[in-house]
Order: sequence, then structure tokens, then C-alpha cells
Amino acid sequence: MSLDVAAIREQFPLLQRQINGQPLVYLDSANTSQKPRSVIDAMTRFMETSYAPINRSAYQLAAEATDAYEDARKATQRFINAPHAHELIFTKNATEALNLVAYSWGRANLHDGDVVVLTQMEHHANIVPWHMLASERHIELRWVPLTIDGLLDLTDLDSLLDGAKAFCFTAMSNVLGTINPVRQLCDAAHKAGAVAIVDGCQYVPHNVTDVQAWDADFVGFSSHKMCGPSGIGVLWGREALLDAMPPFLGGGNMILDVRLDGFTPAELPAKFEAGTPPIVEAIGLHAAIDFLEDLGMANVRRHEMDIATYAMTTLVDRYGDDICLHGPGNVEVRGATFSFGFRNIHPHDLSQVLDQRNICLRAGHHCAKPLMRLLGVNATARASFYLYNDEHDVDALTDALDGASDIFGL
Amino acid sequence: MPGLEDLYREIILDHYRTPRNRGELPPPAAHAVGHNPLCGDEIDVYLQVDGDTVTDVKVGGQGCSISQSSASMMSQAVKGHSVDEVRALVRKFKGMMSIEEDGDGEVASDAEIKLGDLEALQGVVKFPVRIKCATLAWNTLTEALAEATSA
Repeated sequence: MSLDVAAIREQFPLLQRQINGQPLVYLDSANTSQKPRSVIDAMTRFMETSYAPINRSAYQLAAEATDAYEDARKATQRFINAPHAHELIFTKNATEALNLVAYSWGRANLHDGDVVVLTQMEHHANIVPWHMLASERHIELRWVPLTIDGLLDLTDLDSLLDGAKAFCFTAMSNVLGTINPVRQLCDAAHKAGAVAIVDGCQYVPHNVTDVQAWDADFVGFSSHKMCGPSGIGVLWGREALLDAMPPFLGGGNMILDVRLDGFTPAELPAKFEAGTPPIVEAIGLHAAIDFLEDLGMANVRRHEMDIATYAMTTLVDRYGDDICLHGPGNVEVRGATFSFGFRNIHPHDLSQVLDQRNICLRAGHHCAKPLMRLLGVNATARASFYLYNDEHDVDALTDALDGASDIFGL
Repeated sequence: MPGLEDLYREIILDHYRTPRNRGELPPPAAHAVGHNPLCGDEIDVYLQVDGDTVTDVKVGGQGCSISQSSASMMSQAVKGHSVDEVRALVRKFKGMMSIEEDGDGEVASDAEIKLGDLEALQGVVKFPVRIKCATLAWNTLTEALAEATSA
């Protein structure tokens, strides 16, 4: 394994917790990740020493808080190699980032008869905002299908994109683990004259992200999946696009002037940050980025490729056809997120039994019901591995699956 | 932590492996579909009501052992009973699941309603996340009953 997992785990207080005298096997990081001590301490220290309003008061404490908040924006800019810090908008989460694009860019740029292309592996967060928009005005939604291996089927991409105004796709599937060829998809979008909107929620925590190398137009992601706190997400967008968009939420901070007869919005990024933002959470996100950069995102990716390889080999060696692993078998095009079916045991029952051994994994539709229908299931179990997991966690999962068979007699 | 034996009682697993009254009923039988938005499970309840009596019931859909066994036992418990008795049974079952809806609490005559095999699902209360699994079929039954009696 490429990372020193024992040393990493020591930095995560929650992973020291035992339930019923047994350690936790946390395999739900695609849902949300655990937090290292450095993130918890940074937020606590900020609240103990530097907490104040940002962007509005002249006293020293407020200036310090404003600097710390803006430093978090600069750290995030570096982390995804964005051209400008003011192109980064702090939101509540990735869902809000994608809603912001659909609401603000979508309403300004999409009209009756326009086409938006999505893929069949999208999370509800990148589907429902477009459905909402489509219910207001006549917008055609087209869907990129999947191959049997859980990759995007790009055979007819050019014709799907023909006439499209936007192409919205995930960089990595939260169900299948599939890592999509983002640069290729952005190029195809641009060739068709469409804007490329990337859901980076699953990709950014696990890989080196370079929005300029992608040539994307918008990228959204969440702090809580990348060792940072919940309550803050990020939208990056090209300056020219963001500048031309109307505001999303209205309120304090997002205005240059307000009069009885109207208002003038602020410049970027304040224009899209109405009200008091998640200040403490931004400090936590900054600490999470420092933590990830210390490890090196290339190392994180290599580590997860090792785990993915080990997990696929171990589970299939032990259970053969009794386990149905969804998604690609090639670790070059997948992360360490595995949805699976096991011996006809319903995922809820499976997760209940695994919980007896403190194995935390998600059972359900993973907010991707169209994809579930495509897979022909109502639900799957999903084990997702991160930088604090190693082969012991895979072994614990593998051993615990046998226990489920005993109970259900399958 | 409560043990799995509280949840996966043998009678529950028996109904899960061999569900009773599976299938569909053609119209004019009432039909309701229930969804558990948390897990994606779906249940179909078909209800034939003649006069004041539930004369036939069928259950379709997919779900976990708790939702499927609950549906199976429910189908056995309501067949052949009057609409009022079925409503009382729903109240009784939901009461066992610690759910009391406004104006829908247990009434005195419910004391005579027997849950029978359904009492095996009592252990579900110790696993609060699973209560929605156990009640999915019952909420769907309530909808089907409303449809059948509104006609």
C-alpha cells in the first residue's frame, strides 16, 4: 500500500472508537468521510482565537477572520489548479453548487427547445435540478447510456450532444466507482458548443484535480467527503461564465448597492455568497486540503488503486459468482467504491448483519435511482474505501459476509 | 446493542423465504404502490373488498426480509376480515411499532385484535432504522383500503 495507513488512522480520533469492544471498519467514505485531528483542531482554534464576521467590520479580529476565510479560498484554488481564487464560490455542499449552476446559469441561458445532456450514472444532485428547470420551461434532457462494464457508452456522444447547450456529468460515479474521461467529455461538449458541468464530488477527494487540464466550465464538490467538515461545498466556474450569470441567493454580502428600486450585485465571488457563509467550515476545509496535500493526492490515488485491486481479487476469489460487483474491473478507470449484491441477500439485511461486526457501509439506492433501474435492482450494498482503509478492512468485510449467509440460509 | 436474533426471528425468515399471497389482482381490485425513499424498496398491495369484507389480497414488489415478511404476514392477517377489523389491525400493528398517528390511536375495541404471528416483528422496534421497512406494507395497505372504500 502506498500510504502508511496505521500512522494515518492515528490522526483520526473517530477511528479510535470501539463499539462493543471491537474497532470500527468504516467503509462509507463515498457517503461522508471521517475527519483528522488537524481539521478538528483548526476549527476549534479558530473559534477560540479568531472567530469574527468576515467582509464587513474594520476591527483587527474581523480582518483576521476575513483573511483566514480568503486563505481557505486560495488553498482550494491551488488544490484544483483553478486560474483565479475569485472563481471559487463557497456553497453549502456539492448539491448546492450544482443547483446554483442549474438555477443561475440555466435560467439565464436555457430556453424552450434547448437540450441538456446528462449521463445515466448521475447522482440525483445532478439530475433533479435539471428536471426542475425542465418542468418550468421546455428543455429536452438527453442521457448518455452505459456499457455493460459500467463505463459511459460514448458511441453516439456526438449525436447526443448535437445542438446541446450543456453537458453535465460526474467525474466519478458514486455507485459504480467509474472514473470518467473528463477531458475527453469536456472536449466533446465544447466541440458541440455546450458548456461542460462536472460533478466532482466523488472524484476530487480521491485524485489529483486540475480543472484547467480538464478544460471544464463548472466543477462542484463537497468538503465533507474529503476529510473536511460538512456544511461547506465548492463551485468553481470560469470567470466569464460566472460574471455573466445572475445571482443565485439574495441577501447580505452579495450586493454592491441596494436601493428602493433595485440592487446591484457584488463582484465575484461575493455575488454568489449571500449571507454569513460557513466561516468555521472554510477554515476546516483549508486544514483538510493541507492534510491531503501533505499525503499527496497522487499517493492517495495509488493507495486506492491498490485497495481496489485487493478488494476485487479477495472478494471474487472467496465468493466467485455469489458476489456481484458492479462497475468496471479495471482499476485504471475506477476508484475504490464498490456497489455489490451478495447471494440474493437484500442490502439492508446485509448491512444489518455486517453492523454486528462494526462494518459501516451503505445499503440503498445511493441517490441514483435511474442507475439502480438500469442495473435491475432496487438497492445495492456499497463499500467505499479511503486513505484510512487498508487490506485489513477488506478482509474484515470479506469474513463478515459469510455470517450473513448463515443467518439467511443462502 | 440488541442481538440479530431479536430481529431475524425464524417465522420472519420463513415468510421472507416463502412469501404468502404473492401476485396481483386485476381491476376492480384496489391497488396501491408504496415506496421507501430511503432504500428504494417498493411494495404493491392489491385489495379486493366485497361489501364490508376484504375477500382477497395480493402483494408484489421487492424489499428486505423485514418489509417482505411484514407484507406476507399482513396479507394473511387481513384476508377474510371486515374493513373495520383491518383498520384496527393497522392501528394495532403501528402501535407495536411505536407509531401513533393523530386521531388514529388505539381504540378500546382494538384490545380484542390479535396480532398473532405479526408479534414476531416486535423486535424491529429495537432497530429504529428498520421500522420503516416493517411499516411499508401497512402504509400501502391503508392507501389501498382508502381506494377500495371510496369507490
